[in-house]
Amino acid sequence: MQWGSVGEFFSMGGYAEYVWGAFGVTLVLMVGEVVVLGRRHAAALRDARRLARAGGPR
Amino acid sequence: MNPLLAVFRRDLLQAWRRRADWLTTFFFFVIVVSLFPLGVGPEPAMLRTIAPGILWVAALLAAMLSLPRVFESDFADGALEQLLLSPEPLPLLVLSKTTAHWLLSGVPLALMAPVLGLQFGLDVEAVRVLFWSLLLGTPCLSLIGVVGAALTLGVRGGGVLIALLVLPLYIPVLIFGAGAVETVATGTGAAGHLSLLGACLCIALPLAPWGASAALRVALE
Amino acid sequence: MNWFKFSSPQTFYPLAGRLIPVFWVLAVVLAVAGLYIGFFVAPTDFQQGDAYRIIFIHVPAAWMSMFIYLVMAGWAALGLVLNTRLSSMMASALAPTGALMTFIALWTGSFWGRPTWGTWWVWDARLTSELILLFLYIGFMALHASIDEPRRADKAAAILAIVGVVNVPIIYFSVKWWNTLHQGASVSLTRAPSMATTMLLGMLVMAIAFWMYSIAAALSRVRSIILERERNSAWIGQLQESR
Repeated sequence: MQWGSVGEFFSMGGYAEYVWGAFGVTLVLMVGEVVVLGRRHAAALRDARRLARAGGPR
Repeated sequence: MNPLLAVFRRDLLQAWRRRADWLTTFFFFVIVVSLFPLGVGPEPAMLRTIAPGILWVAALLAAMLSLPRVFESDFADGALEQLLLSPEPLPLLVLSKTTAHWLLSGVPLALMAPVLGLQFGLDVEAVRVLFWSLLLGTPCLSLIGVVGAALTLGVRGGGVLIALLVLPLYIPVLIFGAGAVETVATGTGAAGHLSLLGACLCIALPLAPWGASAALRVALE
Repeated sequence: MNWFKFSSPQTFYPLAGRLIPVFWVLAVVLAVAGLYIGFFVAPTDFQQGDAYRIIFIHVPAAWMSMFIYLVMAGWAALGLVLNTRLSSMMASALAPTGALMTFIALWTGSFWGRPTWGTWWVWDARLTSELILLFLYIGFMALHASIDEPRRADKAAAILAIVGVVNVPIIYFSVKWWNTLHQGASVSLTRAPSMATTMLLGMLVMAIAFWMYSIAAALSRVRSIILERERNSAWIGQLQESR
């Protein structure tokens, strides 16, 4: 392992803003996609459930 | 009469009756090109370097602008459905419509471009290459564009959508076309670029009408 | 084994539901392992310093962006030729994830380019092709979204995807050609660092993690699409009661 301290790790040899900028945005986008997917599925399930209750399967 | 020829003649006749539409596209090209010197300044050296790109991008946009008209009126009056039912192979019918579109949009651009090229200070050799590159490139634009026109037929917001679909596919034609004109300035010879444009045409010629007919069948099913 | 059994949305929906957690777990475990290798085992590059560590997400994202487009077009073509609903649904489920991967590849490429090339954006052949790929994804999604009838949207988008696949090699070649002609204007690019074995390993592990992520995301999205499109059919009603 090449990092002497936690601070050294986060400074990334002086490239902190680039490395964390890239990794951070990737993480945010991926977590965001997962959240959006979860919500979409929940909404679709809710709609389907409402339809099934209202008129039953056609 | 041969049905392919009939379709071709009918398209030209309709265009003649609505010649204002096609003139609009043509003047769009002229105006867009003329705006650039006003935007970037009248320095002759700079204008000469950016002229190939500007003329080609403007040609791309103008060719795209007239695409919705290829199938629109036939779609509205039901003639398109008759075409789909006709015993002639649909890709060939699409090809005759594409040829009509090229004659009405591509050829006028290629004829006008040399004049505009001279305005940008291109020398005679560059203007000559510009003309040939447009003459070879605009059929590709019509062929690729007709697929986009067929895909967006009767689709909400079709006019803007067609730009999104077609412009990325135009990129190779733009690169080889504008590149051909640039080679005159660098002195490397335009033959390579022009033959690549020809190759694009050879690929698009058999594939695009087929794709457009598939899209038409989807649109009208 | 009868694979066609799973080609109906009805049987695929619960199967995907069982598979998704597996892929999520694999994605997280592999990503943790890959990041550990990338940040703690792989050495600092002597040329690019620690900025090179961006490749651990940049390269996998770029690979996935291109691969997903091919897979998407494949599913779309299958849906067009065999008229199977599920294949078309898979294609539209893959598109947003592919676009996301393309965006990540562009974003991280830009953040990598700034310290190594000294500029946020270079009109380099690979970056430019990646940008055009993003446009192709956006076109696919826009066309699909603007046609209301799902089956018609599937077929139109499939034709567009096939046209795109034919075009991608031509676009790539033309952009490369254009790039070599304009070498003078662009910054001389430093090659990717000569890779130590641990760097390569970290990148491969991350690539597999991205694979698992994409599969899980696409399966999850296809489940939503199935529910949204088939909510009127009988099996969805039964599905609710069994829960």
